[in-house]
Amino acid sequence: MDRKSAREVIFQVSSETDPLKTASELVSRTLERIGTGWETGTLSLSHVYMSGVICEELIDALLPPKSPVRIDQPKMGMAVLEDFHLLGKRIIYAVLRAGGYEIEDLGNGISVNDLVNKVRKEKIKILLVSVLMLPSALRVKELKRLLNGSGVKIIVGGAPFRFDPDLWKEVDADDCGHNPADALRIVKHLISAS
Amino acid sequence: MKTREMTSMERVLTTLGHREPDRVPLFLLLSLHGAKELNISIREYFSQADHVVEGQFRLREKYQNDCIYAFFHAPIETEAWGGEVIFTDDGPPNSGAPLIKDFSRIRSTRVPSVKDSKGLQRVCEAISKIKAKIGDSAPIIGVAMSPFSLPVMQMGFDKYLDLMYLHPDEFNILMQMNEAFCVEWSNAQLAAGATAICYFDPVSSPTIIPREKYLETGYLVAKRTLSQIQGPTATHFASGRCLEILDDVATTGTAVAGVSALEELSRLKELAKGKITLLGNLNGIDMRNWTPEQAETEVREAIRKAGAGGGFILSDNHGEIPFQVQDETLMAISDAVMKWGKYPLH
Repeated sequence: MDRKSAREVIFQVSSETDPLKTASELVSRTLERIGTGWETGTLSLSHVYMSGVICEELIDALLPPKSPVRIDQPKMGMAVLEDFHLLGKRIIYAVLRAGGYEIEDLGNGISVNDLVNKVRKEKIKILLVSVLMLPSALRVKELKRLLNGSGVKIIVGGAPFRFDPDLWKEVDADDCGHNPADALRIVKHLISAS
Repeated sequence: MKTREMTSMERVLTTLGHREPDRVPLFLLLSLHGAKELNISIREYFSQADHVVEGQFRLREKYQNDCIYAFFHAPIETEAWGGEVIFTDDGPPNSGAPLIKDFSRIRSTRVPSVKDSKGLQRVCEAISKIKAKIGDSAPIIGVAMSPFSLPVMQMGFDKYLDLMYLHPDEFNILMQMNEAFCVEWSNAQLAAGATAICYFDPVSSPTIIPREKYLETGYLVAKRTLSQIQGPTATHFASGRCLEILDDVATTGTAVAGVSALEELSRLKELAKGKITLLGNLNGIDMRNWTPEQAETEVREAIRKAGAGGGFILSDNHGEIPFQVQDETLMAISDAVMKWGKYPLH
C-alpha cells in the first residue's frame, strides 16, 4: 500500500479530467480489483481497509467534505447493528466517500429500535447495515419490518452473509454487498433508479 | 474378534499422531447449546460453573462428542481487562465499547491477573469439576485468544490495523502485555485440568493480513507464546483461511489447525499430511438451514477429503456452532460420523 504513488497517480489523472469522474471511475475500478482479490483469497482484509482509507484521503483532497459536487441525495446512512466490530463500516464508509458520496454515520452497537428512530429522524433513504455476528444479521428482518412502508432501502454486509449467500433474502434486505466494490455498485444503482 | 472401541482420548491422540483410530473424532464445539439443554438463558448459563459442567456433559452424551469444550465466551477475557460483556438471548455475548481508545493509553494499561478475574476463575472452576468427573477419558479443551488477535476486542479492528501498520512501538508493547496474559490464562486452564488449549488467532489468517505481515507479527507472537504454554495447543482461525500459511503454522509449535469452509479441504489435507492435524471445516452459518440428509452429505464429503491416514478431527469451521443450529441437525452430523467415519474408510 503506497500512499505516495497513489497520490501521484490520482492527481495526474484528475488534472486531465474532472474530479468527480476521477473519483467514480479510477477509485471504483481500483477498489473493485482489490475487493475481488479479497473474495478470491489473493488479498487480505488489511489491504481492503488500507486501500479504502488511502482512497478516502485522496478523494477528500479533490472533493472536500460537503462539497456541492458530492452526491448527498437520496440521503444515505450506515450503522453497525448491535455490536462494536467497526471495521466493515469503516471500510465501506471510506470507500463510499472515496466514490464521491456523502454518508451519515448512524452509530455502532446500535439496537434495532434506536436505528429505526435515527433513520426516521435523519430522513435516511438508503441504509447500509454492517454486522459480524449471526444474531445481529437475523435482527435485520425486524429492522426491515419496522421500516416497512418508509421507502428505505436496506443493504447488508458482513461475515454471516458471506457464509450463507441466501441469508440477506431471508432477512428481507434489499441487497447485499460482499466487498467494497459491491457497496459502490449497489449504491450507484439505487441512486440512479431513485 | 471385534476390536475394543477407543475412548475419546485414545481416538484423538491417535489421529493427532497421524494414524487412523477406530473412527474419525467428532468435536462439536458447542458452548451456547448448553443453555438450551438446561432451559435457561445464556446469561444465566454462564453465570455459574456448575451450569457449564452440566451442559457440557449433557451435550457430550447426546451427540457422542469426543471432547468437552470448556469455552464460555470470548469477551470473558476482555472483561478481565476491565471491559463490558453484553449478553443477548440468542447468540454469543459481545464485547462492549473498546477499552483502549487511543494508542497513548497502551503504555499505562496494566495486565490483569487471572486470579483476580471472577469470570476466568469461573472457567477454571468448571474445568476442574469436569476433570474430576471425566478423568482422562476425553480431552477437555480450554480456550485462549491469541495475544495477536485479542486487540480486536481491546481496541476495535480498524484501530488495531492502524496500530499494527503505523505504530510499531505501541504494537510491540501491547503484544508483550497480551503474551504475558495469554500464557498465564492458558496455563491456569491447564493447571485446572484442561488437556489442551485452543489458541484462537483469526487475525493471523490471510483473510485478514497478508502472509508477509503474518511472518513478522502473528507468527512470531505465536512462536513466543505457544512455547510458554505448558500443554498442547490447537490454532484456530475462526472461519479465516489458512492454506497459504499452513506450513508456517505447523512450525509455531501447534498440533492442530482449525480450517475454513472457504478453502478446499482435500488441498489442506495434502499440505497438512504428517505435519499438522486439521480441525474442521463444516460451515456453521450454513448449518442452520441443513436438512438431516444434507448434514450427512457434508460430513461424508469432509471425511472423504480429509479422513484418510488420521490427522483429522471433524468439527465446524468457526470454533463455535451458532445457537440457531437445531438439535436435529447436530444429531444428523453425529449419526453421519458414526456411519461414515469408521476406519478403514470406505
